[in-house]
Amino acid sequence: MHDFTYHAAGSVADAAAKAAAGEDAVLMAGGMTLLPTLKQRLAQPSDVVDLGGVAELRGIRVEGGAVTVGAMTVHDAVENSSEVAAAIPALAALAGHIGDPQVRNRGTIGGSIANNDPAADYPAALVGLGATVCTDRREIAADDFFTGMFETALEEGEIVTSVRFPAPQAAAYMKFPNPASRYAIVGVFVARTAGGVRVAVTGAAGCVYRETAMEAALEGNFSAAALDGMTASADDLNEDIHASAEYRAHLVGVMARRAVAACG
Amino acid sequence: MPKDGIGASVKRKEDYRFITGQGAYTDDIDRPGQAWAVFVRSPHAHARIASVDTGAAAAMPGVVKILTGADYAADGLGGLPCGWQVTGKDGPMVEPPHPPLAADRVRHVGDQVAVVIANSAAEARDAAEAVAVEYEPLAAAASIDAALSPGAPQVHDEAPGNLCYDWELGDKADVDGAFAGAHHVTRIELVNNRLVPNAMEPRAAVAEYDRATREYTLYTTSQNPHVIRLLMGAFVLQLPEHRLRVVAPDVGGGFGSKIFHYAEEAILTWAAGKVARPIKWTAERAESFVTDAHGRDHVTVAELALDADGRFLGLKVDTKANMGAYLSTFAPCVPTYLYATLLAGQYTTPKIWCGVQAVFTHTVPVDAYRGAGRPEATFVVERIVETAAHEMGIDPAELRRRNFVPSDAFPYQTPVALVYDSGDYEGTLAAALADADYDGFAARRAEAESRGKLRGIGLSAYIEACGIAPSAVVGSLGARAGLYECGEVRVHPTGSVTFFTGTHSHGQGHETTFAQIIAERLGVDIDAVEVVHGDTSKIPFGMGTYGSRSLAVGGSALARALDKVETKAKRIAAHLMEASEADIEFADGQFTVAGTDRSVGFGDVALTAYVPHNYPIEELEPGLDETAYYDPANFTFPAGCHVCEVEIDPDTGAVEIVNFAASDDFGNVINPMIVEGQVHGGIVQGVGQALLEGCVYGDDGQLATGSYMDYTMPRADDVPSFTVSTRTTPCPHNPLGAKGCGEAGAIAAPAAVMNAVHDALGSRGVSRIDMPATPARVWQALNA
Repeated sequence: MHDFTYHAAGSVADAAAKAAAGEDAVLMAGGMTLLPTLKQRLAQPSDVVDLGGVAELRGIRVEGGAVTVGAMTVHDAVENSSEVAAAIPALAALAGHIGDPQVRNRGTIGGSIANNDPAADYPAALVGLGATVCTDRREIAADDFFTGMFETALEEGEIVTSVRFPAPQAAAYMKFPNPASRYAIVGVFVARTAGGVRVAVTGAAGCVYRETAMEAALEGNFSAAALDGMTASADDLNEDIHASAEYRAHLVGVMARRAVAACG
Repeated sequence: MPKDGIGASVKRKEDYRFITGQGAYTDDIDRPGQAWAVFVRSPHAHARIASVDTGAAAAMPGVVKILTGADYAADGLGGLPCGWQVTGKDGPMVEPPHPPLAADRVRHVGDQVAVVIANSAAEARDAAEAVAVEYEPLAAAASIDAALSPGAPQVHDEAPGNLCYDWELGDKADVDGAFAGAHHVTRIELVNNRLVPNAMEPRAAVAEYDRATREYTLYTTSQNPHVIRLLMGAFVLQLPEHRLRVVAPDVGGGFGSKIFHYAEEAILTWAAGKVARPIKWTAERAESFVTDAHGRDHVTVAELALDADGRFLGLKVDTKANMGAYLSTFAPCVPTYLYATLLAGQYTTPKIWCGVQAVFTHTVPVDAYRGAGRPEATFVVERIVETAAHEMGIDPAELRRRNFVPSDAFPYQTPVALVYDSGDYEGTLAAALADADYDGFAARRAEAESRGKLRGIGLSAYIEACGIAPSAVVGSLGARAGLYECGEVRVHPTGSVTFFTGTHSHGQGHETTFAQIIAERLGVDIDAVEVVHGDTSKIPFGMGTYGSRSLAVGGSALARALDKVETKAKRIAAHLMEASEADIEFADGQFTVAGTDRSVGFGDVALTAYVPHNYPIEELEPGLDETAYYDPANFTFPAGCHVCEVEIDPDTGAVEIVNFAASDDFGNVINPMIVEGQVHGGIVQGVGQALLEGCVYGDDGQLATGSYMDYTMPRADDVPSFTVSTRTTPCPHNPLGAKGCGEAGAIAAPAAVMNAVHDALGSRGVSRIDMPATPARVWQALNA
């Protein structure tokens, strides 16, 4: 890796100030994407501001029918939180299938969504549950947060502080993993919520998105059978050595049906 | 028998240091004043090097020296040698130069152009980025098909049409005659997919030069340090053996990829002399992907002729094999003498012809990888036999039985040169079928269907030629080395023993297995035995470890050395007990005068050998230290049967291995636990090839699977718990009766898995699916 100046932030405000002071600073959450990128010399920031010591960004709170997860909470904590398991079991299960134990003990929800890898799991949960992203400046609806491949609505220097998930009536996430990386080739998060049925798809396209046709089909009949024969449109889906666009489109239907079935 | 002798599942002596982090691997070695090397590598598959400007890089902090292909050429040193010359139909193979640093042209992504030596790894890396290489990119031929197409880009001017050799075994007209009278002919086309070895420990080297003694030392991640010393010293750098020491310390996996002499070893040794400082290089994983010799990469068409009863009449196999951009050390022999000679399999097929075209491409060189030619042969034979069985409506197990070499037919001369020494193919088949509950499969398939799953079962009755190899035989076939093995048993004055072996352990457990043999034979405690390997300054000239040879050949050298120790010790014992040598019996560490209660212990005899006060000094030299070299009379022929059962989810294409049973004949077994571990590891590698691992190059010669994000290594949850067992027919021609077990799993498993996959998909009209049978491929095949 190239040389950079390391800063340990003591608070969100401190992190924001240090990031602003750097010529080309980056914020580091768990470092699960940033560190490999640095090691491969694919990035050359002037400063790395580490959020690891910011206590106010960690922790899980359940109140008023919503689960709030601090941005620096690691996946393992979400997986093993009895409160999350009680309120939104699908969220705990999703966290338990991100990466491997090492990743789950270092990687954070804030880092994952700020990076917005097109095959990451958490974006599907945020969009599927209609979550709200809280930053040091404002609140952003998940539907508006993920704007494109590795792109989000975050402004320069804006720091994710937490994510608030409303508890659904029922929800499930089904992932078909890439055999090599075990990121999602296709992951579908289905939730029946007070505001309607939501079907969020990750891995298949450049960015997490909602399958509105499936949502409409499930609105009247929340059963796997309601999705029989339905696939995504292969237009604009990802295509790589692991999966064609057609295969991904098909898998969206399969994973959606399985997720609905898993909702019970 | 001592409790830790032959046949006991002794826990591995070496594991304490490995699992407590105390192993000493090459990258753990740091020498005083050490500098670091980073290689500048080609980002192009094929390009002309217009210029290399090292000026800016040389001025960077910490840089000690930058050396280029031009510097190497100016020193007049040699290219990397190939250790095996194959002679094809039109004469000897084309053997283009292989410069350790490219000077004019680069021929694959990763080809090394320059080396930067600096005070730290980071400084070397910074400076390597500043070396300005001006490339003129050229069109690349990145696959066999591309390289053989008319007008294809030429990899080497010396090899028109990119052909290295066009070789054949057998009389094609004679085999065609057998096909003329056939009742049925089965024809298959298949790809044996290219694999990246991915040893857990990346390659590394530390080289140093001692100006006082003019001696070079190279620490390197090798399976065969003496071979490296010979190749690098005699052919590349022209250094005499007595001033060149090669040490292969603890090595974390090889699987063949650490047999070969690599450019980095020669360049580091050469550079260490120039800068008079030790230099270290350790590959990064991404570097390993584009520099470690890859494995397999065949395209094959095969035809099997059968009579009305299903008896095999003839086999024709036409294979194209990818050599990569240069000939790696043993590459030419892999798709020829380690492949075509195994095409009889376990069967009495009377007529066999095999043609092989070896092809240069703009890819990483391809060479021996666990099994080396024999997995490819097994895959052809066992896929076509299974396909023929399905086509003719004969149970696949029954078709095999009808064609097996019978147990009373050994030694058995095949039509493809080899003489099988012993075996019991019916026995291993029966055992594997029983363990797999073959008879209960139909019920399991029906039950799976009720859950919407496709279930299939597949067999692989494999054979391999191991215990490599009789020197005169391989010499006549083009090998440029002998393939005997050596061992020195040094008994110390107090009766403890050090064994120096020319084989090398990089995961096989030699320190335990060899110690068990010594404990058994000499009656000493296993903890009183130390096994030394890997250092050319300590061990006699041995050939190293590959081809499942360490026990069959290296263990035989040990047995011969122990014979010599016992013979001499008996003479000493006879002297001590004032008896005739012919009356001395030796068992459990005690020398006894036959029919008496007079005895003397092994330790006393050892002490007497080194403190020869009361000693037959006129007739016998002091000391108890014996060396033996063993050149095998024949290959060994491990064989067996693996049965795989899969369940496929037609909605996603995902293949799950639900059962895997293996029955193997490895000859006599020293440590059943270690053998079981070897079989497990081999099966997992075979499953990896069948379902997961596929090295993919783009048409431009860029490696698309250059990291674990895209190259799928098998994980524990990809395989079930295996049922493995052994059935023994001892090898009749070596002193231990051992055949070898290191490669069997990787040889047998791919065909077993793919036969099961084809069986599962057959009911849905799928007739061909290539490895790796990924979910995407299976789904595609189901929905074609």
